[in-house]
Amino acid sequence: MPSRQAVLDALSGVRDPELDEPITDLDFVSSLEIEDGATTIRLRLPTYFCAPNFAYLMVADAQAAALSVPGVERATVFLDDHYASEEINTGVNEQHGFDGAFPKETEGADLEELRTTFRRKSFVSRQEQLCRTLRAEGHSSEELANMKLEDLPPSDEFEKYLQRRAELGLDVSAEAPLVVDPDGKKVPEEAVVQHLRFAKTVRVSIEGNASLCRGLLSTRYGIPEREERTA
Amino acid sequence: MYEKDGEKYFVVDGHVHYWDASPENTSNRYGEGFISCFYDYHKNLSPEEYVWDYDKYRKYSEEDMMHDLFEIGYVDKAIFQSTYLTDFYGKGFNTTERNAILRDKYPDKFILNGSFEPRRGEVGLKEFEDKFNKYNFTGVKLYTAEWHEDSRGWKLDDYWSMKHLEKCMELGIRNVHVHKGPTIWPLNKDAFDVADVDRIASEFPDLNFIVEHVGLPRLEDFCWIGTQEPNVYGGLAVAMPFIHAKPRYFAQIIGELLYWLGEDKILFASDYALWQPKWLVEMFVDFKYPEDAEFDDYAEITPDIKRKVLGLNAAALYDIEVPAEMQAVTADHGTGPVAAEPVSPA
Repeated sequence: MPSRQAVLDALSGVRDPELDEPITDLDFVSSLEIEDGATTIRLRLPTYFCAPNFAYLMVADAQAAALSVPGVERATVFLDDHYASEEINTGVNEQHGFDGAFPKETEGADLEELRTTFRRKSFVSRQEQLCRTLRAEGHSSEELANMKLEDLPPSDEFEKYLQRRAELGLDVSAEAPLVVDPDGKKVPEEAVVQHLRFAKTVRVSIEGNASLCRGLLSTRYGIPEREERTA
Repeated sequence: MYEKDGEKYFVVDGHVHYWDASPENTSNRYGEGFISCFYDYHKNLSPEEYVWDYDKYRKYSEEDMMHDLFEIGYVDKAIFQSTYLTDFYGKGFNTTERNAILRDKYPDKFILNGSFEPRRGEVGLKEFEDKFNKYNFTGVKLYTAEWHEDSRGWKLDDYWSMKHLEKCMELGIRNVHVHKGPTIWPLNKDAFDVADVDRIASEFPDLNFIVEHVGLPRLEDFCWIGTQEPNVYGGLAVAMPFIHAKPRYFAQIIGELLYWLGEDKILFASDYALWQPKWLVEMFVDFKYPEDAEFDDYAEITPDIKRKVLGLNAAALYDIEVPAEMQAVTADHGTGPVAAEPVSPA
């Protein structure tokens, strides 16, 4: 039988796309049951009206993550207390897909496009955090503009940045420049300050949203608020 | 008016409601969910002594409102922003009709804004004009995420929305408030996406677009648009209460807004009864950036800037007369707008 920890580890790879944090750290996983090869996972969100497209992504990703654990044969994920719980749960667990779950209400851009939008934001934000640290250590913006990935010492921050960068399919080889835009284009020296200034706004936004959601979740479920990510 | 340390502040509350979410007026689980979601915001972000019980929150009285805004809340003028949600509430949530009762009773205290529903097409256009003639509102508040029949939202640049905006021009309505706020419902028809503001602001240069909730949770998208478009403003409803519950985040938001939009384009709002103006005004006047390197990027917030945000900017948009003693002394502190060369947003 798969261990509880193995399933939780897999779930820690599922992120809220907008908040850029694992659903396990955000306290969105309210219960996990494992019986033989079948896992049942329950998720909860900070408000009744969380956008169902984000909710759907997390429920579907949680199911895929659980199924990736050796020994898990079936994974059922329920989203509780959400106005579209029924549609989302049926959509994911019966493999209808998002458009199938909301036949009258979706059009145009699919969920992958939404996911990409937030991956780009996440990448930009992580880059700003990393560059902020480097500047605090004495590197000028001009130096940053000319740094390559191989010039950086290993750190958790750097690891996260590389991971987000790889998710977008961008070059993560040693000689690749450190400061690139979400399309992978090197940011020229004269544009680095402004690039990072805008990136800061993206980071502030993501961190603020995460902080709000933690507060709302703790209010809603009467649980203590967990420590926030430090920038 | 609020006075502190010899400084006087004229206060315009840019976003207030006189809502009815009582059980009798609530039609379904969506209406229940909506008000309970509002209540979570209220409980989570208010100082403890300002938290109401749920029954009062669902439907408060005229006396409550007059007391909280004008007797103790320092508000000189309050702007009603109508939100119908008739799919959730039998007689509507916060309607122009209901708000008009208080505006008519206290005409020197309230400014009334109406609303339109573009998905009713030609019929809606006629209803909008009739309502304007009946209630004589000043601006409009648009809720692009509102449900209507099978639709779960609309865009400002939809054909019938454009027709209604043309009608606003014709009727002399200049101020268009748009709810672009915290993640609420629509599906992948992402109605809190602020991109449509960008298009419409260029299309209607003579209208002012006040983006309520400064685009949160998409502050960065909003800042970008607000920098490019001279007729786009930021309404601080929902951003304000972070000043208590998440002060660092509030400092970042206000710092970013001043940097990108500038001090003349930011408008105070309590979103009453989500929050009360009294503590928001007091805390904002006392506000300082935290003292660490993170905040070195931001210009100082002077009493003049606070005066503009708390009331003078809204007074300018709404032609409200401000006594000389409450005017700003100097014009500009060199805050925003800044961008010359667009950087690539995420």
